Amino acid sequence: MIRRPLRPLARILRARASGQDPNKIEAEARAARMRGKRAAEKRRAENRLWLLAAVFLAAFAAVGGKMFILATTEAIEPVASVTTSPIVNQRADIVDRNGSILATNLITASLFAHPQDMIDRIAAAEGLAQIFPDLNADDLLRQFSGPRRFVWIRRKMSPEQQQAVYDLGEPGLQFGPRELRLYPNGAFAAHILGGTSFGREGVYAAEVIGTAGVELQFDTYLRDPANAGAPLQLSIDMPVQAALEQVLAGGMMLMNARAATAVLLEADTGRIVAMASLPDFDPNHRPLPPVSGDPADSPIFNRAGQGQYELGSTFKVFTAAQAMDSGFANPATMVDTSGPLVWGRYRIRDFHNYGAQLSLMDVIVKSSNIGSARLAMGMGADAQQEFLGRLGLLEPLSLELPESGRSRPTTPRRWSEISTMTISYGHGIAATPIHLAAAYASLVNGGLRVRPTLLLDSPLPTEADRVVSPETSANVREMLRAVVQRGTASLGNVDGYDVGGKTGTADKPIPTGGGYYEDRVIATFAGAFPMSNPQYVLVVTLDEPEDTTGTEPRRTAGWTAVPVAAEIIRRIAPLMGMHPNYANPAPVVLARQ
Amino acid sequence: MKGFLYLCALGLVMLFATWAYQVNYRTKAEMDYVSELQRDIAAERQSLSVLRAEWAYLNRPERLRALVEMNFTELRLMPLHADHFAEIQDVAMPLPPMSGDIGALISGMMDTAGHADAEEDEP
Repeated sequence: MIRRPLRPLARILRARASGQDPNKIEAEARAARMRGKRAAEKRRAENRLWLLAAVFLAAFAAVGGKMFILATTEAIEPVASVTTSPIVNQRADIVDRNGSILATNLITASLFAHPQDMIDRIAAAEGLAQIFPDLNADDLLRQFSGPRRFVWIRRKMSPEQQQAVYDLGEPGLQFGPRELRLYPNGAFAAHILGGTSFGREGVYAAEVIGTAGVELQFDTYLRDPANAGAPLQLSIDMPVQAALEQVLAGGMMLMNARAATAVLLEADTGRIVAMASLPDFDPNHRPLPPVSGDPADSPIFNRAGQGQYELGSTFKVFTAAQAMDSGFANPATMVDTSGPLVWGRYRIRDFHNYGAQLSLMDVIVKSSNIGSARLAMGMGADAQQEFLGRLGLLEPLSLELPESGRSRPTTPRRWSEISTMTISYGHGIAATPIHLAAAYASLVNGGLRVRPTLLLDSPLPTEADRVVSPETSANVREMLRAVVQRGTASLGNVDGYDVGGKTGTADKPIPTGGGYYEDRVIATFAGAFPMSNPQYVLVVTLDEPEDTTGTEPRRTAGWTAVPVAAEIIRRIAPLMGMHPNYANPAPVVLARQ
Repeated sequence: MKGFLYLCALGLVMLFATWAYQVNYRTKAEMDYVSELQRDIAAERQSLSVLRAEWAYLNRPERLRALVEMNFTELRLMPLHADHFAEIQDVAMPLPPMSGDIGALISGMMDTAGHADAEEDEP
């Protein structure tokens, strides 16, 4: 910048020459300089103000713009992280011991209608009636024409049906998602699985809750998201269960029985491998409980775990085991079997007259009521009660089914002497077939009490669970084998599998009270195989069987329940990978002496 | 000198701001991708469960039994029986090394074939 002097020499000299005051020039220059400075300062202040205004404007515009964007767009929750929790089903699967699916879920749809949105109500009603045969076109049309703005049509349907409804092309028909509980095997292990139904239900979701069987028993486990969808594994073996159900159904038909039940469990652990109760039902469409008549006639009645029956002579084994374990008798001890045995107004008879006395072994082999009654009397009522209690025959099952809590066996109110005698051969006490199977398993597995279970990871019995000594257990095994070899269960022999067991034929009590039917029986076979080292215990019970192939109807278990049990063993033993052993007569030969 | 330092600082601020923004946007993109993947996984899981259900339905004992009966003439499947177990001593020993005699070889093969036929005829 060129700095102008306050007193430029040229102008001063000129002013001096013309006689003017040179100071004036200086003052003028000073004033001009002052003006210029002030103008510059003013300009700078203005610029600053403009800048400030611009900054504020920009700031307000930014805030305002952001507010505008927030106000006009849809709100999105800011995400700081993505959850990595696995997506699990609403309800866990149920699988068998090999992992085959017994129950799973299927996403299907529910169907509802908004009649006000419908284009062609008549076509919609007729189309729906064609897709769902149980719907009536006239009823549907009446519902669509009424004042209602929301009509439920189906709670659940198959994907094929859903596609068919789509194809109707009716905008007034709408779908809501539904998780459907599916039992892919149909009427299979029905009483174990039970069934489900919808709990709280909305248009877009419905809760699936168990109503019976393991579905109810493990409802909270199956619905617990903390399990991350881990399936519930049962001890059931699917092929074995299927074969058992098939053979039992055939046997029930051949023997003209009203109903049948079978339980197969592992002798050492009590884990139930297969359990069937016929007639059964499809858990996909679980029938409603009957409102009239005997609940035991309904297919939803589980005869294996709920049905209490007087199981007859199968109980004689407990009397014999008690006698041997307490040292009261050994297999060779002779027992007085002269009859009939009269006690007050009761007379106890045998099926045949077995003479004056039999060895304890033969009391079981020939199934003598008199012999076991005399044995039980000799040991007393308290000892009998204590022994049966030890075997778990006086308490409800600990099985994982909802009905177990009500399965306490029916025993006489007063355990009198006559009760002791009848209970010794299985009358006057009513237990479930599972009770019987567990007690047999406890006797033949070496004497450790097992508790029946449906789970694969149940605890094993320990020495603390001992009910009888290993020697008693061995004697019981010999007796049971002898019953099949030369006794009442001779039809139960299966080559290679060393079957042993005891029959029981009990007259059915008249439900209205007052004695027993003459011609209606509960026929039971309780056995184990292979007898040299029992692995499985099988109980088969037929309700009112009648073998009409002979000249007169045969109802005893030896002719009805035993052949069915033998056929079951013939089918399932190879399925379970059991190698037949054709050369193992050892324990049996010893028993003959 | 002072102005230069200010300039450098400003430049650094700009640089880091750009970098931070980039990371932020990349993260958001990744998160979108992850949730998309999870939606896909959920869909896959659902179809998996449907397939498993269908597989179980196709393998239900009742259907297998019907199939066995339908195809009995070709497959001759029977329920597993105790006789189907073989003992280890039933397994044939390996044949002795082949001799040069072609006639003996053929008759040996015919024996084996005849044996196999006889076994098949057994009920």
